[in-house]
Amino acid sequence: MAKAVVSLAGKDILDLASLSVEEYELVLQTAAEMKKIMKRDIKKVPSLRGKSIINLFYEASTRTRTSFELAGKYLGADVVNINTSSSSVTKGECLRDTILTIQSMACDAIVMRHPIEGAAVYAAQVAKPVIINAGDGAHAHPSQGLLDLFTLREHGKKVGKGLKMAILGDVLYSRVARTNIAAWTKLGADVHVAGPMPLIPHDLKELGVTVHKRVEEAIEGADVIDVLRIQLERQEKGMFPTAREYARIFGLNSNRLKLAKPDVTVLHPGPMNRGLEISWDVGYCEQAAIRDEVQNGVAIRMALLFLTVMGGKTIENAD
Amino acid sequence: MKTLIKNGRIVDPSQELDAVMDLLVEDGVVAKLGKNIKEAADEVFDAKGLVVAPGFIDVHTHLREPGLEAKEDIVTGTAAAAAGGITRVACMPNTKPVVDNSIIVSGIKQRAAEEGFVHVEVIGAISKGEQGKELAEMGDMAQAGAMAFSDDGHYVDSARTMTLAAKYITAFDKTLICHDIETELNHEGFMHEGVVSARMGVPGVPAIAEDIAVARDAIIAEYTGAHVHIAHVASGGAIDIIRAAKAKGVNITCEATVHHLTLTDEACSSYSTATRVSPPLRSREHVEALRRGLKDGTIDAIVTDHAPHADEEKDVEFRKAPNGFCGLETSIGVILTELFQTKLFTINEIVAKMSTNPANIFALNAGSLKVGKNADITIIDLDKEWTVNSAEFYTRSKLTPFEGKHCKGKAVATMVDGKFVMRDGVVCKR
Repeated sequence: MAKAVVSLAGKDILDLASLSVEEYELVLQTAAEMKKIMKRDIKKVPSLRGKSIINLFYEASTRTRTSFELAGKYLGADVVNINTSSSSVTKGECLRDTILTIQSMACDAIVMRHPIEGAAVYAAQVAKPVIINAGDGAHAHPSQGLLDLFTLREHGKKVGKGLKMAILGDVLYSRVARTNIAAWTKLGADVHVAGPMPLIPHDLKELGVTVHKRVEEAIEGADVIDVLRIQLERQEKGMFPTAREYARIFGLNSNRLKLAKPDVTVLHPGPMNRGLEISWDVGYCEQAAIRDEVQNGVAIRMALLFLTVMGGKTIENAD
Repeated sequence: MKTLIKNGRIVDPSQELDAVMDLLVEDGVVAKLGKNIKEAADEVFDAKGLVVAPGFIDVHTHLREPGLEAKEDIVTGTAAAAAGGITRVACMPNTKPVVDNSIIVSGIKQRAAEEGFVHVEVIGAISKGEQGKELAEMGDMAQAGAMAFSDDGHYVDSARTMTLAAKYITAFDKTLICHDIETELNHEGFMHEGVVSARMGVPGVPAIAEDIAVARDAIIAEYTGAHVHIAHVASGGAIDIIRAAKAKGVNITCEATVHHLTLTDEACSSYSTATRVSPPLRSREHVEALRRGLKDGTIDAIVTDHAPHADEEKDVEFRKAPNGFCGLETSIGVILTELFQTKLFTINEIVAKMSTNPANIFALNAGSLKVGKNADITIIDLDKEWTVNSAEFYTRSKLTPFEGKHCKGKAVATMVDGKFVMRDGVVCKR
């Protein structure tokens, strides 16, 4: 374990732009320890015993909600899931009141997923407990960005100078893309983006990335390819002509994959639209780290909960 | 009743005056203007070291009455104007119901005469219910004293409706004030489209949404000969279009808001709903273009677009918040701080943009300290340092992107019809 010079005690985790490289490192190293716990026969430690965590989800989610829930439970916390479609939110309660209500029940952390950018920033201004942003609109999804860094490291890729990272698809509406652009540019990697132009933010290059007209240019020689999920409603709104054309011109398939480095790692935040942004075979190919991402997601979320709620205490206290 | 304002620096572009003088107000009008007026008065106001200007006029505000009194009403809105040094405001028609007939125009004028702290001009709707389809009874409203017509808050989508409105209005010598942002592009976003929105993940409104709309209405103004005034221009491209139209002799004028002249989209970075406004706060290059347009005369007037909302409406997630915020109590301080103290503009230029020009554009009998004119006067201390604190506001809406801003320069007294309605920040009945 790194010495606790860097601490995330009591800190809200809102996005990766506002965390330092040292803080990334602390989370990644802690997650490595957490992964060991996950591999035990009895996957439960008392590190967060007596702590309560609320999962407040304003959007449907399988992997993020479940992995935060399991992460809390593996660490011994009490975890409550609030599904807003069956809560007082449907009676018109505003976000401030929902947050204050939850806070009154003495919880230690709120993990929040919300469809509007900045909702987590707002929640953090309102609430005393730690806020962990589990995705706010197209803004940020910090635990996804950290689990991608962790997964890449397991695949022998320390994100930084000299690594070509390609992000493909719907950047405009993607919190995953924004999170990874923030982290990867901060770490000094060479970030390339391609997709249908209506789905690429207008001044994106000013964030320090290279925007390509053709996906092949982004993929060529890439060490990492991050394929974004395309939501079918984008096509319905006319952002690109047809799903068929998207798959043919912008999708990642095995032919295009050959343009990348042979040891390329393919990421996808899931859930995948097979045959649209990623072909069936690429989703299962040996370079695809997609299922590793899911497993590592639990370890990263254990680390985030442990570091923010328990702060400076060392992992050894966990046993 | 006589009030003698002594030794003030009279800044009045309407008579190209900038000199230390005395000004005698008698029975609500400017009675004398000159050096060392000896006449006895009921009150002598020592204006030494202060600027005495024709009352400031804000031709773009929302007083929210009738129907939206949770946000603001005529009493709180005009009190805010008095507090901010504004002697005359024009209120937009997007109330409930919409100001689209003469009875509502008369009603607002009557309410304002009875309860208001400052003069209120009424802007009627161009189309019934601001729906952009059928023309509202602009002739009736003009005869009831409406200052101008606007579907503010909405772009009149139909080029046919807008052309008909422009043709129709020429018979009444009134102005159409255009909220020019192309609707579909506008509805895509919640802030300026640029690098900041790219970083924040908030869908953006491209500046061309304004340019497209302004171009159409400049063409309609040229074709019909109607006077078209473009509201709250925030795009550099739109400024270029208006500049070119003016050069061709088109009867077009425009205004810019205090916030578009002084804030950029970086202010949105913390997702504060106090920065949600339409058109959105744009990037530095647009702000620079606006300032150039203000300097070269393309932009005629500075307005607030004072658009108060109730706390519960603004205390929400960024996208859910309504557009707009209060501005009457910060406008003079912010403009002096950002445009005068920085030596970009003279006080004469600022008085012209905030009093003389708006009066001329809308043919108001105001904006001048010539003898015989209404004694609507704004007295300014250019050196007064103060900090924006919304808790002290008279407006019902307390949310402002200027909260905590340190300002230099403030209106210290406001006179309407010869009576002080504000002194040292305290508002009093006229």
